[in-house]
Amino acid sequence: MEITVLAFGIAKDIFGGASVTVALADNATTADLKTSLEEKYPRLKHLASYMVAVNNEYAEDGGVITDRDEVAIIPPVSGG
Amino acid sequence: MQTQIEIHTEPLNIQACIDWIMSPDSGGIDVFIGTVRNATKGKPVLKLEFEAYNKMAINEIEKITKQAFDKWPVQKVLVHHRTGTLQVGEIPVIIAVSAAHRDAAFEACRYIIDTLKQTVPIWKKEFFEDGEVWVAAHP
Repeated sequence: MEITVLAFGIAKDIFGGASVTVALADNATTADLKTSLEEKYPRLKHLASYMVAVNNEYAEDGGVITDRDEVAIIPPVSGG
Repeated sequence: MQTQIEIHTEPLNIQACIDWIMSPDSGGIDVFIGTVRNATKGKPVLKLEFEAYNKMAINEIEKITKQAFDKWPVQKVLVHHRTGTLQVGEIPVIIAVSAAHRDAAFEACRYIIDTLKQTVPIWKKEFFEDGEVWVAAHP
């Protein structure tokens, strides 16, 4: 399946755009997504940390992603 | 238990926030106003840029305001956050809390701004004379 991943903050710089498309196996988890992204964009590994959000909620590493989900990469936040 | 959460691309309006948070049954209001500082660790800052994942940011702020209502006897809570380019002295965030007694208002207000900085998907980029950096991105 193809997943569109939204990017914000420094993740947008790393991906070179506000979103990227990633091909993942069906029933892939957020951990699989991270592995795949880090292979393609090694700079992700240099961040202090980053999270995956699924449907506007922070996701656990084991959570399964479907192609109907809204998926986003959340680098360290710095609002306020 | 009333909450007002907004993310604006235009300058925040302090007076409108105070007008909304005031109520006859309150004994006081506490207002935190964040402002853009002109330096970070001694290095002059020219401007800041804020970006938000709006839908999720509002979700996360809602969670924080609910926690504030659970923890303290507060009456109204307001959170306004700004996005876009902000110059030194401009206002990225306003938190306002009303309560019958001041302790609850002070404590809830502090909890809301502290937790917002940790969990809400909003990012700031600092612009210096010699470059720019996403705050907190790297260890």
